[in-house]
Amino acid sequence: MADPMRIRAQASGDKATVRVLMSHEMESGQRKDAAGKIVPAWFIQEVTASHNGKVVMTAEWGPAVSKNPYLQFSVKGAKAGDKVSIKWVDNRGDTRTDEATIS
Amino acid sequence: MRHALIPVALAMALGAAPVLAQKTASQGIDEYRAMLQDGNPADLFEAKGEDLWKQKRGPKNASLEACDLGQGPGVIKGVFVSLPKYFADTGKVQDLESRLLTCMQTLQGFDAQAIAKTNFGSGEMANVTAMATWIAAESKGLKFNLSQSHAQERVMYEVGKRLFFMRGGTHDFSCASCHGEEGKRIRLQDLPMLTKNPGDGVGFAAWPAYRVSNGQMWGMQQRLNDCYRQQRFPFPGFASDATVALGVYLGVNAQGAASIAPAIKR
Repeated sequence: MADPMRIRAQASGDKATVRVLMSHEMESGQRKDAAGKIVPAWFIQEVTASHNGKVVMTAEWGPAVSKNPYLQFSVKGAKAGDKVSIKWVDNRGDTRTDEATIS
Repeated sequence: MRHALIPVALAMALGAAPVLAQKTASQGIDEYRAMLQDGNPADLFEAKGEDLWKQKRGPKNASLEACDLGQGPGVIKGVFVSLPKYFADTGKVQDLESRLLTCMQTLQGFDAQAIAKTNFGSGEMANVTAMATWIAAESKGLKFNLSQSHAQERVMYEVGKRLFFMRGGTHDFSCASCHGEEGKRIRLQDLPMLTKNPGDGVGFAAWPAYRVSNGQMWGMQQRLNDCYRQQRFPFPGFASDATVALGVYLGVNAQGAASIAPAIKR
């Protein structure tokens, strides 16, 4: 099981800014280990953000995204107390979903 | 891999040059650092460290909540800026990471020697770093104030000072070769002068830190290890008296400096 994400969501005006840190190796598949063997690619492929259960954003990611990636976006019309949940799926099929309440 | 991000920082500095003609490369790097600041992945290690501290683990299936880091069992806030210090139970001056090893051995039944020999970033060693990250974060913004009242603490300061100026290795380098003068740098990295207080959040007050270029979380012990590696000098060993003595020297010199740990580095 992957480590939890850190999600911070703050409302200001008619939108909320969501900042997410994900814990993931994000191996590009281009690196070699000490024995000279290719380290297999392992990266987040799909990110889905939901606001009160409704999908507001999906993103397709690739191996060029950094290790422990950081994602920031804003949601129009989101208010304090609303729920934001983030889900990622990686190329091994592992997945993780975390939820935060907008403050 | 370690320096993969330098070209990015350079490109940013150069790219921004026409807008502000007078901007130096180091200002460009400062901007790059400020951009990184918001999403410091050290947060992830903090969360993991807090969890590990409270979890029942090890052969004795115990948590570390009874661990005394210098201000009484279980006290976390403020301990980071008072370490290394003398501990009566072990009869030694210890820094945060060596003290964690002691607690993991006495409370949880782990083999401290074995952990100290583990590679950085793997196994229980990675857990020590994560816990050190969380404990340091609980003292963010506090000022360094190391005790020098015990004779052992004063001895360790003197030992650390000698080690700091001791030249050795194939390049005849000492710590002071890089960190003993104002205004030095390696490539575009400014080197702090560590024979006095280098200022808030610089040097001893910045580690543990997350290194963006290799995606690793480093504690002070690993930072010292890397200095020795660049000196082409054998590392004295994790939690060894030599590295703790250097910690005392740097920590006492940083008296009054505010801690920003866990920081984020290039």
